[in-house]
Amino acid sequence: MAEAIAVEGLVKNYGSLAAVDGVSFHVPTGSVFAFLGPNGAGKTTTTEILEGLRARSSGSVQVLGFDPWSEGRPLHRLIGVIPQDFRFFEKITPREAIGYYAALFGTRPEPDRLLGRVKLEDKAHSRFDTLSGGQKQKLGLALSLVNDPRICFLDEPTTGLDPTARRAIWDVVRGLRQEGRTVFLTTHYLEEAEMLADRVAIINHGKIVAAGSPAEIIDRLGGAARLRIVAGREVADFVRSRFSNEVAVEGDHVDIVLHDHEEALAILSAVQASRLPWTGFTTVRDTLEDVFVRLVGRMDEGVLKSANGTPGNAA
Amino acid sequence: MNGRRILADLKVTARGYLRNPIALFFSLIFPLILILLFGLIFANTGSTVTTLYTENFDHSSPVSQQFLSDLNQTHLVAVQVISTSTGNLSVWLGQNGNPAGLVIPAGFGNNYTHHIATNVTLYVNPQDAAAAGSAEGAVQAVENEFNLHAACGNASGSCTPVLGFSSQNVGKAIFTYIDYLVPGLIGFSILTSPMFSMVDVTSSYRKEGIFRQLSLTPLTRDEWLASRVAWYTILTFLAAAIMLGFGIGVFGAKVTISIWLLPYLFVGPLLFVSLGMLAGSIARTPESAAVIGNIITFPMMFLAGTFFPVSEFSPGLQVVARVLPLYYVIDGMNQVLLFQNFGRALTDFVIVLGIAVVLFAGAVYLFRWKGE
Repeated sequence: MAEAIAVEGLVKNYGSLAAVDGVSFHVPTGSVFAFLGPNGAGKTTTTEILEGLRARSSGSVQVLGFDPWSEGRPLHRLIGVIPQDFRFFEKITPREAIGYYAALFGTRPEPDRLLGRVKLEDKAHSRFDTLSGGQKQKLGLALSLVNDPRICFLDEPTTGLDPTARRAIWDVVRGLRQEGRTVFLTTHYLEEAEMLADRVAIINHGKIVAAGSPAEIIDRLGGAARLRIVAGREVADFVRSRFSNEVAVEGDHVDIVLHDHEEALAILSAVQASRLPWTGFTTVRDTLEDVFVRLVGRMDEGVLKSANGTPGNAA
Repeated sequence: MNGRRILADLKVTARGYLRNPIALFFSLIFPLILILLFGLIFANTGSTVTTLYTENFDHSSPVSQQFLSDLNQTHLVAVQVISTSTGNLSVWLGQNGNPAGLVIPAGFGNNYTHHIATNVTLYVNPQDAAAAGSAEGAVQAVENEFNLHAACGNASGSCTPVLGFSSQNVGKAIFTYIDYLVPGLIGFSILTSPMFSMVDVTSSYRKEGIFRQLSLTPLTRDEWLASRVAWYTILTFLAAAIMLGFGIGVFGAKVTISIWLLPYLFVGPLLFVSLGMLAGSIARTPESAAVIGNIITFPMMFLAGTFFPVSEFSPGLQVVARVLPLYYVIDGMNQVLLFQNFGRALTDFVIVLGIAVVLFAGAVYLFRWKGE
């Protein structure tokens, strides 16, 4: 099957509020798909509809060829889900939890191998309520693999984790992809999405506002590359007098918008020849986070500005 | 329903429970402490005022009304008039564990007025000497007063007593406090273990997303429920064994272990698992669930005959007791373990089963497994 997930015109209404408003996207089998959006954008609702936990108001949803709501039982045997802030029975150990899930699914995983895979083997016999947040999340990840799933839904799996635990989970996600499994990842960390995902969709106010590979989105919606020279205002004035490029002074550096890469060499040569003082340079371009913030507003202040991007479909 | 999945969930539930000292304490140890405590305190004590259950076949006569009023005035007994259709009072008293009863015959007032000798019949339990003494003392005192009054008003001047009483023993069973405490505390376990736990589990698992997580596995809601009912049934059997063992072994409780106890040990947990789930499902937060659970549980804990026989309560409280589901569980076990009155036990069981079915249906209807 070429597509693990196919969503067309998905709508979810809560009274007069459209939490999800005509969303369409497709997730190729064996890829890592990152679903991004600020809080309240419709991300969790969409994910829960895909997992068969929530009914949709209209539209078409197919996950591994199943309608998640009406065919949830067969579908749940083929998917693994780790919710954000995973919780479990407090007095049960990771090894026992795996045994429990194996009995429920009727599978025979090797608990030690699964725990080793998420780097939790040293806590195999510790009770859940003694595990740290990162260890609990790792157990959730291990449990989501007990039934050898074809799709893994990972809902903000690294939120609040320390860098070591986060990297361990990233390794697992990469491993899943290498094994040909599909990963549906929601995350607040844009860097994580850029690093792990083959394809990305950004949702805001219930609509998809950008979709494609991280590089495509940055190319399409990000700003142009810039030459950044660590220098003072006199260098900015010099560049303005000699070149037609847009120049801005930001703190201790000067940003010069480039139309092509060759311009950078010409500008640097001219600045060098001018004997004006400068101490370093680099070229910079927008990251996925820059694009995201531009599209959905300043998340850190909780002010969600309406996106200017054109609602579209993900390929 | 898949037995393998139910067993897997039962194992995890049992492990979690057995590793939780607080849950274990309240399920098995606390009732044990209660039986020891109440057994030691009340084993050899009686009430200072004896309830005198009275069948008045001469209820329209002012003389009989005065007689009963005067009995109350002695403060040795508290007269409680019961229906004259109760049947054999001796048997009734025995089956209900009441130590004293009185029958006032028809024509009592008329005979007294016309100085025709007449007897009331007093039933006492000779093994409850305090109650028997109170009842006999009270009846004798009031009769003396009545006889004296009749003699003084007699024109002939003879002092022949008009009223007398014959004393008979309360019917076959003679029970003490500890006998009632055994079924009462089994009922306590049937009530508290599932109620407190299910209210908490239903609300907190929902809040923490554990139900959501389980709904993504092949485990069904019905299988989860079956596993819970099975676990609390096992706990109930353990608690019953401990109560019976300690009651009989330590305090010499006179209870008759019968196979007819089993229906209560199966349906009782079902009833309170359902009630706990219902309370947990209605509540929006674990905190409010705990409040709702306590409001439901505590009145039952004290008013359904757990620690004291309901027959000892005031008539008003007895009415309250009879609307509590636990009353029928404990009364049914009393009928089985103490009185072998299987007719009434069956009636109680049918009531318990009916309530359990209704509550179970309500709980299943309201209990949400998925997100919506």
